[in-house]
Amino acid sequence: MTIQESADKLVNEFSQFDDWMDKYNYLIEMGKSIPTIDEKEKVDSNLISGCQSRVWLSSEYKDGKIYFKADSDAVITKGIANLLIRVFSGHTPKEITDADTDFLDKIGLKEHLSPTRSNGLLSMIKQIKMYAYAYSLKGNS
Amino acid sequence: MSDIEKIRADFPILSVKVNGNPLVYFDNAATTQKPRQVIDAISYYYSNFNANVHRGVHKLSQQATDAFEIVRKQIATFINAQSPTEIIYTRGTTEAINLVAFSFFETFIKEGDEIIVSALDHHSNLVPWQMACARKKAVLKVIPVTIVGELDMQAFQKLLAPNTRLVAVSHVSNTLGTINPLKEIVKLAHANNTAVFVDGAQGMSHGKVDVQDIGCDFYAFSGHKMYAPMGIGCLYGKTEWLEKMNPYQYGGEMIQKVSFECTTFNELPYKFEAGTPNVADVVGLGAALKYIEHLGWEFIEKQETQLLNYLMEKLSKINGIQFIGTSKNKAAIVSFNIEGIHYFDAGTILDHMGIAVRTGSHCTQPLMDVFHIEGTIRASMAFYNTVEEIDKLIKGVEKVKQLFG
Repeated sequence: MTIQESADKLVNEFSQFDDWMDKYNYLIEMGKSIPTIDEKEKVDSNLISGCQSRVWLSSEYKDGKIYFKADSDAVITKGIANLLIRVFSGHTPKEITDADTDFLDKIGLKEHLSPTRSNGLLSMIKQIKMYAYAYSLKGNS
Repeated sequence: MSDIEKIRADFPILSVKVNGNPLVYFDNAATTQKPRQVIDAISYYYSNFNANVHRGVHKLSQQATDAFEIVRKQIATFINAQSPTEIIYTRGTTEAINLVAFSFFETFIKEGDEIIVSALDHHSNLVPWQMACARKKAVLKVIPVTIVGELDMQAFQKLLAPNTRLVAVSHVSNTLGTINPLKEIVKLAHANNTAVFVDGAQGMSHGKVDVQDIGCDFYAFSGHKMYAPMGIGCLYGKTEWLEKMNPYQYGGEMIQKVSFECTTFNELPYKFEAGTPNVADVVGLGAALKYIEHLGWEFIEKQETQLLNYLMEKLSKINGIQFIGTSKNKAAIVSFNIEGIHYFDAGTILDHMGIAVRTGSHCTQPLMDVFHIEGTIRASMAFYNTVEEIDKLIKGVEKVKQLFG
């Protein structure tokens, strides 16, 4: 599935919820099924700033594709991280750096999340894009 | 209309809706809401007599100057300072602290001198002293807190050394609500020839502050945490200190005579007020003081005590609530965590229900370390809050438990 297809699928899944509570329930469920990182990877260099809760994001570069794992001490944050992982993990650096992030607006996450949380979300996306950029330089060398 | 309904009607923002729900505002320790009397006063100032103060011979300038100086007198009376010249306008508490951390240090602190701060203070009442100590090679000592979130007074006594020049403590902890024993601190410090600076950011809105009764050498506060506008605050300092201290910033109004060779500074309080001051918000602060006086401390204290007791009682009936800060001497600020649930998850859900609480470390990271936590959920109340709003918060907490438990 391309990044766009994964994003569209998520937008579709979330469009079924009329109630914010159902949306959060779904995010909480997503949080529980996140590909979590090892305790030893929960180091400051994997820590994302800009979140009120702690979020760790690690990446692995295999056969030209990047695989992400994440964890957080807050469940909603974990759900959001997993949502990003579902869209971006398993793609090439170029696909990731080129990808749109407007699906978050369509899901209604931006408007429904508090400003600090929103920043955390943006920080996570920024970090994912940074990883992709770093690996793309590595791939070219 | 009940008394409280009438009071709530004075605060336009209290009738807005948040996420489709009526706003429940429990973030008063961050900033309080403003009554229409304050909002109107600012609007009236700009509509009728806006002018720069102290400089003009024209009518408007005189009117603006009068209003500006009347509020200074009003503040002096409000906190029982000896003279309005002991009242210096600042942007807020933080600027007042920075002023003292600069000017007091320049004049009175030498290498090796000691300063005492506390473990329960806001970063604003820590970092300026930390930086000033680094600049002057002075030593920063910290009063520890007890398990209930009170200052360890025995440890404090031991920290007082012959070369301790200043103690900087808050009146009320912004995270725990603890009301510190200021008079006792002042008594011990003064017996040691040590000056006392009080961060009154959280102290001014909950009860009468009498700086002469407290006996402190400095007391700083922010207007916006006591129903006045943002961007205006105050430093009270005893004349004997202020006269010896050099200015903190230089520029207009604070000078007396300028030549290319030298400048002499204006008298108190103007030597500490460089640049065009925030006249409109001073006028707003004046209106806020009037509003508080109109309600009366007796009413405010009674209402806030009732709310505090009700919230503590209701929360303690819920399983898994951990209180952080259980001093008997406590303002209407309640910090807690829900076992097994991150404060940020809780805060996000509460926000959806229209309930504004604060989550996180509340700018007191060293204090969080003391309790081995990352942060808390903090509900801070004001006289305009109601028991019905607390019931909504309790329902919200139960909903959070159901979602994440």
